[in-house]
Amino acid sequence: MGGWAIAVHGGAGVDPILPNERQEEATRLLTRCLDIGISALRSNLSAIDVVELVVRELETDPLFNSGRGSALTEKGTVEMEASIMDGPKRRCGAVSGLTTVKNPISLARLVMDKTPHSYLGFAGAEEFARKQGVELVDNEYFITEDNVGMLKLAKEANSILFDYRIPTLTTCGGGAAMENQLQMNGLPISLYAPETVGCVVVDKQGHCAAATSTGGLMNKMTGRIGDSPLIGSGTYACDLVAVSCTGEGEAIIRSTLAREVAAVMEYKGLNLHEAVDYVIKTRLDEGKAGLIAVSKNGEVACGFNTTGMFRGCATEDGFLEVGVW
Amino acid sequence: MGWAIAVHGGAGDIPLSLPPEKRLPREAGLRRCLDVGIAALKAHNHPLDVVELVVRELENNPHFNAGKGSVLTTSGTVEMEACIMDGKTMKCGAVSGVSTVVNAISLARLVMDKTPHIFLAFDGAEAFAREQGLETVEMSHFITPENIERLKQAQEADRVQLDYTQPIPKEVPKEAAVADGDSQIGTVGCVAVDSEGSLATATSTGGIVNKMVGRIGDTPIIGAGTYANHLCAISATGRGEAIIRGTIARDVAAVMEFKGLSLKEAAAYVIDQVPRGNAGLIAVSSTGEVTMPFNTTGMFRACATEDGYSEIAIWDSPTK
Repeated sequence: MGGWAIAVHGGAGVDPILPNERQEEATRLLTRCLDIGISALRSNLSAIDVVELVVRELETDPLFNSGRGSALTEKGTVEMEASIMDGPKRRCGAVSGLTTVKNPISLARLVMDKTPHSYLGFAGAEEFARKQGVELVDNEYFITEDNVGMLKLAKEANSILFDYRIPTLTTCGGGAAMENQLQMNGLPISLYAPETVGCVVVDKQGHCAAATSTGGLMNKMTGRIGDSPLIGSGTYACDLVAVSCTGEGEAIIRSTLAREVAAVMEYKGLNLHEAVDYVIKTRLDEGKAGLIAVSKNGEVACGFNTTGMFRGCATEDGFLEVGVW
Repeated sequence: MGWAIAVHGGAGDIPLSLPPEKRLPREAGLRRCLDVGIAALKAHNHPLDVVELVVRELENNPHFNAGKGSVLTTSGTVEMEACIMDGKTMKCGAVSGVSTVVNAISLARLVMDKTPHIFLAFDGAEAFAREQGLETVEMSHFITPENIERLKQAQEADRVQLDYTQPIPKEVPKEAAVADGDSQIGTVGCVAVDSEGSLATATSTGGIVNKMVGRIGDTPIIGAGTYANHLCAISATGRGEAIIRGTIARDVAAVMEFKGLSLKEAAAYVIDQVPRGNAGLIAVSSTGEVTMPFNTTGMFRACATEDGYSEIAIWDSPTK
């Protein structure tokens, strides 16, 4: 037991008919990010530094829904959020409503390290970013053609569905969508953008850290905050474990999913795999989500009740796996 | 079994020497809100409606740090946040960065009832309020002279230590003690259970004095300041950052469920884990129990149960 371990994710809930090309792109990116994290761990970087580094990489790459490549609000803009948590002392930082900050996870880190607060949002967060001199870009930088197209289709689909709880099927007007029973957040899976990226790490000292970043839900109301920046929901780390979640934000919040994994370990004495299993099986009800987790003992686990989750994990003893299904 | 209700007006370093002119209006406010809640429960209103009603009253009372009477940001503005949760359905709603909505808790309720989301903030929340036809006013409506004074004193104290580019140790309270010793931190909240065991919680606040613009605290974070499930309903108050890190509200329910502790034991256990001087909470269980532990100097609080028990207190009550 012991040694470092790392896991990364690029979202839970994958279209079963996702073209091979996209799957390959995703696995390449996940592998690259894992490698970055593994090098950093071998160079003795602490868990908190590693998770930030890896999530920055995921934010910068336009493939997943964070930073560049973020899902769009109903207005066609990008509003990003992120959170980071350091297991020892459970220090945390979070941001929401970012529109010009190139790497939201780094701003979340600065909130944790440089302010007496844990969470800054919107104009106040942007102002803080300016004062800290972090890299700022125009909102357009984050918007990809792919997502502009997705937003259009999502709006067409939503004009039929409003309540995401209603499990009815709808066909959309767009060419990309096919008849498909699967839905997440009220959208046919082919339009649903997996919500988040994340990374969890335990370093050689047994310290755990977690980081999560996202553009949020496609076609969300402006000002909507999801689970990713909420400590205990999308992100959590303590002495025992670090967790990052992805999927239907509202379901993750309601079940305080990230905290739940740690709570059953702490209060029920379950080990990491049992805890992840238990939480995914019993805490989500009709909600769809996934998570990655590492324990202070160098174990890594992931669980999801969705069709697929983009993920990768590795441990110091040489285990390495990247997967979609 | 039977109904139970608890309300709070904030936990903090409330000095025992609090002068009557500061103490009496708050005690009266708590008493009135408790009575409003009791009447609503007796009239068989759903706990969700009860907690919203009571918190609206607390928001309208300028003596508490919510709605009118909210503390000010470092820019002298008001940014309110609120959260509501239904224990049975686990539906919830939260808002942050609200500056013109008279009753933030009602906006949170609308987010829960009328959107597919849980949490709306700042401009998006304000726009939604207007769409929904909620009562909005000029921000000046919420600002009281006491809070202008509190901000002034906090900023004077900070001028010596504050530079956001330096790492600020979290253990050191940012807010210096104010000359009149008045509590710098506070929130309002209400938890209720009816005789069928349906639970609900609501929390509302202006945040902390001199907070950075855009700062979001524990109140609207489900599991931190506010939480309810089929076992219990909790509303927490105190230093937001400590409550977030400790996932206080969620932990009370988790400890009951996973360790089999009673409501009182679970609540005391969780408060004990938080560094002294940082937190308090009110909680009710599905079986009609109520508890109000805190590890600060005091917590403005009141509770009542169907069997006739009632209590209004600020510091440790002699019956504890």
